[in-house]
Amino acid sequence: MSDSFTVSDLTRLMREVAGEDESVDLDGDILDLDFADLGYDSLAILETSGRIARDYGIVLDDDALTDAHTPRVFLGLVNEKFPAVGGAGIERAS
Amino acid sequence: MTAVTTARPVASAGSRAVITGLGVAAPTGLGHPAYWRATLAGRRAIGRITRFDPAGYPARLAGEIGDFVAGDHLSSRLLPQTDRMTQLALVSTDWALADAGVQPGDLPEYDMGVITASSSGGFEFGQNELRALWSKGSRHVSAYQSFAWFYAVNSGQISIRHGMRGPSGVVVSDQAGGLEAVAAARRQIVKGIPLIVSGAVDASICPWGWVAQMASERLSVRDDPDRAYLPFDLDANGHVPGEGGAILIVEDAEHAARRGATRVYGEVAGYGSTFDPRPGSGRPPGLRKAIELALEDAEVAAEEVDVVFADAAGVVELDRVEAEAITSVFGSRGVAVTAPKTATGRLYSGGAPLDLAAALLSIRDGIIPPTVGPAAANGYDLDLVAVARPARVRVALVVARGYGGFNSVMVLRSVPT
Repeated sequence: MSDSFTVSDLTRLMREVAGEDESVDLDGDILDLDFADLGYDSLAILETSGRIARDYGIVLDDDALTDAHTPRVFLGLVNEKFPAVGGAGIERAS
Repeated sequence: MTAVTTARPVASAGSRAVITGLGVAAPTGLGHPAYWRATLAGRRAIGRITRFDPAGYPARLAGEIGDFVAGDHLSSRLLPQTDRMTQLALVSTDWALADAGVQPGDLPEYDMGVITASSSGGFEFGQNELRALWSKGSRHVSAYQSFAWFYAVNSGQISIRHGMRGPSGVVVSDQAGGLEAVAAARRQIVKGIPLIVSGAVDASICPWGWVAQMASERLSVRDDPDRAYLPFDLDANGHVPGEGGAILIVEDAEHAARRGATRVYGEVAGYGSTFDPRPGSGRPPGLRKAIELALEDAEVAAEEVDVVFADAAGVVELDRVEAEAITSVFGSRGVAVTAPKTATGRLYSGGAPLDLAAALLSIRDGIIPPTVGPAAANGYDLDLVAVARPARVRVALVVARGYGGFNSVMVLRSVPT
């Protein structure tokens, strides 16, 4: 496991648990795009957070999750609780 | 999806519901052309279950859809959140809309509704999530389980996919629901809604779904496909379950004409439903009354009916009730009777919509599809169609009964072109 949760970790998990909207390029610059514009609804976010809880042991706060409308905010929530330095994944990905 | 609807004037009393598109997913064929060819040829798709190992179960035959790959038709976004029955329903809907020549994006979103039937919900999806729950823990249960199993999920997913925000819902009454959904669609057409996506698809050939079906004690436990599902035969010993169904585009006749619909398969002319009296009451079963109500609703005389698509339970007592209802209304061998579901197995909520599709194709092509299995009505006073029979078909009557006493009957009528 790397020292942070990166945007590529996020897209990999989202692809696995919720699939991928064929009209969206998840490998592009998506950090500040709304999840809705990426083809993901609230259940896709919930499903992804469930997977993170399983794989990383990181349980995200439900209320905070509700307000996480972009990958950047979502990654921030995860990395706050990540064993290593918070926010590193965002820096590295962008 | 920017349309805004205003209060709609009440439609004229003359509003008629017609069917303008067919989407079929059957064990005998995907798409109505393939299904119809197989049906007329009397090709049967009943065999030993392959979707799980049936060796430990008393019933081991089913009508499976063998060649459906959901990912060939649907986005990967939909696959993790849909049961097989929903995947089949979504693809059938795409076919039905294409057949009708309807582009949902061209119509106001509140002008289109979705009313389907369901018998069991998404059993296979639910089974997988329950297995995850008990073997791995609650964190392993998909969030999509919240709706993927649900009876109304086919209606909901169709509505979302096509932006259809008009009157929508689901009917749950086993096989009878397949007709009741179309009847509900017709009521909305009469109220002034231009188009309703209706019909039903069920698919629960998985261990959990299977034991639930076994509880009816009506499943055939034979292993020979030739002898397993024999309605209207004294050797009847239950039915074989199948998966699939049909999605139908139900449309206001004037709306269809205005948009220049390429074809009108027929009119939903009449409908009747009854509920059986409690066992031991001494009162007669409700099926005959349902037939009479449907004919009355259609303003059709019994002698005008060209063919009856039977419920064909495959249980001697139930077959007798149906045969007596038919002969009491139409006379001894007074009407052609067929049960093409003998080739697919009973599809639960999907069975009657598939029979409606077959009836409409009979009207279109002037041919009655055969009942596969019983060579002739053995011990019953019915004119059971054993090989495809050319006939002028202007009025067809479809019977569907649901476990627990539901009786539903629908009359379809050809529309002059």
